[in-house]
Amino acid sequence: MTIPPAIEAKNLFKVFGRNPRDAVRRLKAGETRAQVRDAGTAAVIDASFTVQPGEIFVIMGLSGSGKSTIIRMLNGLLAPTDGEVLVQGADVTTANPAELRRIRRRSLSMVFQHFALLPHRSVLDNAAYALEIQGVGRAERRERAREILGKVGLGDRVDAMPQELSGGMQQRVGLARALTAGTDILLMDEAFSALDPLIRREMQEQLVELQQELGRTIVFITHDLNEAMFLGDRIAVMRDGRIVQNGTPEEILTDPANDYVAQFVQDVDRARVLSAGAVMERPLAVPVSAGIRGALRVLREEQVNEVFVVENRKLVGVVTDRAVIRAVKSGTHDLRAIADPSVRRVAADDLLTDVVEHAVESPVSLPVVDGDGRLIGVVPRITLLAALGNVPATTQPISIVPATAFELAEELTELAPNALAAAEGSPL
Amino acid sequence: MTGMFRIPLGDWVQSIINWVIVTLGGFFDGVSTIFTGLYDAAEWLFTTPPFWAVILVVAVVAWLAKGVRLAVGTIVGLMLIVAVDQWENAMQTLALTLVAVLIAVVIALPLGIWAARSHAVSRIVRPVLDFLQTMPAFVYLIPAIFLFGIGVVPGMVATILFAVAPGVRLTELGIRGVDTEVVEAGNAFGATPGRILRQIQLPLAMPSIMAGINQIIMLALSMAVIASMVGAPGLGKDIIQALSRTDISLGFEAGLAVVIIAMILDRVTSGFGGARRLRRRTRTAALAPTPTAAASVAANA
Repeated sequence: MTIPPAIEAKNLFKVFGRNPRDAVRRLKAGETRAQVRDAGTAAVIDASFTVQPGEIFVIMGLSGSGKSTIIRMLNGLLAPTDGEVLVQGADVTTANPAELRRIRRRSLSMVFQHFALLPHRSVLDNAAYALEIQGVGRAERRERAREILGKVGLGDRVDAMPQELSGGMQQRVGLARALTAGTDILLMDEAFSALDPLIRREMQEQLVELQQELGRTIVFITHDLNEAMFLGDRIAVMRDGRIVQNGTPEEILTDPANDYVAQFVQDVDRARVLSAGAVMERPLAVPVSAGIRGALRVLREEQVNEVFVVENRKLVGVVTDRAVIRAVKSGTHDLRAIADPSVRRVAADDLLTDVVEHAVESPVSLPVVDGDGRLIGVVPRITLLAALGNVPATTQPISIVPATAFELAEELTELAPNALAAAEGSPL
Repeated sequence: MTGMFRIPLGDWVQSIINWVIVTLGGFFDGVSTIFTGLYDAAEWLFTTPPFWAVILVVAVVAWLAKGVRLAVGTIVGLMLIVAVDQWENAMQTLALTLVAVLIAVVIALPLGIWAARSHAVSRIVRPVLDFLQTMPAFVYLIPAIFLFGIGVVPGMVATILFAVAPGVRLTELGIRGVDTEVVEAGNAFGATPGRILRQIQLPLAMPSIMAGINQIIMLALSMAVIASMVGAPGLGKDIIQALSRTDISLGFEAGLAVVIIAMILDRVTSGFGGARRLRRRTRTAALAPTPTAAASVAANA
């Protein structure tokens, strides 16, 4: 059995103006936003998307792209001109006011750009407000609000009035109010846009932490692509009322749907978005059973200076050209004995910010392994740099590795065993 | 020449009033009874106790509203009224004013709230308010006499009509001025419209509404004096008498009494708006001695 989606938006239209229905009819017939301007301003045009339970779905666009209108249609603050919204299976679009209030109390809470706190109530009573509306008794709702306020780091300010707090703290109250409501879905309308950058980063990280802990579904509106990329499990990019691309952050970065999106993602901090799995390349590996000779052959044929050693596809370690040559010289045959098992490994979903650190410290390319330790890819430094610099990463590491010293050693190996002593001393 | 185009607008209005008197006479009798009852009760309340008791009560109210200075000023002012022998007149004017204010507020608040919620209502109410506010105050007295006869009731009705406008306007303005995001927040969490009104719109619009009530009081007081032209009791009676006799001394004494009452009412009502905020601040400080709240308390001490 499949879990029903948290939110389903089907062909949403919202037109403000004199003749909205006519405008929608003409938009459906293929007219553009500019052509229907005489009938009204089309804020949202044919938007469809599905939000799965537990994910952070980000709707991103510049001001005027219709994102705030969309989020307000999700909880019925605005009625769509056409189309329908299902929240946990309940139809928001056709609900009467009383049903709509029930859906909101049960399923949806919201965090606002300018916090929208009640200035005449204490932080505690603000945080408990949603429960108050739900009819929860005073003592119980205060206790739950106190608990959530503690989670967002405001445990010691519960009796303050909102205007005594800084912007970041006020938004924490706004967030606490939405979390205290206990709904599965959180709508966040430019929730961090009014905060200064340092606080914003802090709040983003806190939101991700809270989301992991509490497992809520979050629809997040923003105009900040970095924020979208950092928070979003999936991102819908909006332009002029239409959703132009809907995908994972990596898809949007690596495969933008059109020039608009491509231009948009140009300035994004890619290291915070791309994972090792997104940029890794096919790994070069030899099985332990191939022995020293097998490793040497791979090194030579592929013209690289290190190769991974695997056993049952699991990573054992890495051998360098130097180690292979030394082994040949000493007559060892066991590849396992010379493989360096301490090589740094990264996971496929590690972000490039973390991968970069390892890459700086590691003398060899970084192997990417899965949960069972199986080798699934490799991130050479050049690939890493290409990914971060937004250069098409079609290069193979071999094309830029100056392999002269290695080739010299290799030839020596084949010529005469006694020449290996010379190879030992060559600058690898 | 101009006579050719004369529209008998005045005649029409008169015939409408006549029709109203005949058909709605019972209704106006009812209104008249209620207003008279309210006024009598208020007058009894102000004139029965000895003057010093009333002064003491008003001074305590002033002290609560703003502080010791206003209380002292109130005592001095009211003693002056007693000293110029206008006490009873002043209390009658005060009774008339406060009853008219009470009724005007009861009309203005719901009307203002309604206008804030509905554009249609707002569009209808606005020109009516313009009309009420700009029509010379004396004009209200004429139909009022026809409908209610001579005495305190036509004066009170005219006063209410004259004073109600700013109350409606400032209530509407205040509610419309409430941050839309905060109202959205109430909606987004599933609050009913009534709850949003009670818990969000009215509290946040309160400064504006209080300003409206203050305006109602000041306008009502000024009209209560004029209302004496149709037989309403109070300071206005002496002022009109002074006017017809060109009696400067009486006119000055009665006029001064009006000024004193006006000042006391204004300071007390505006004081209550500020005092409420102050008390909340102090309570917060008692619970959590934050620097800002503590500082404000220290400043008040």
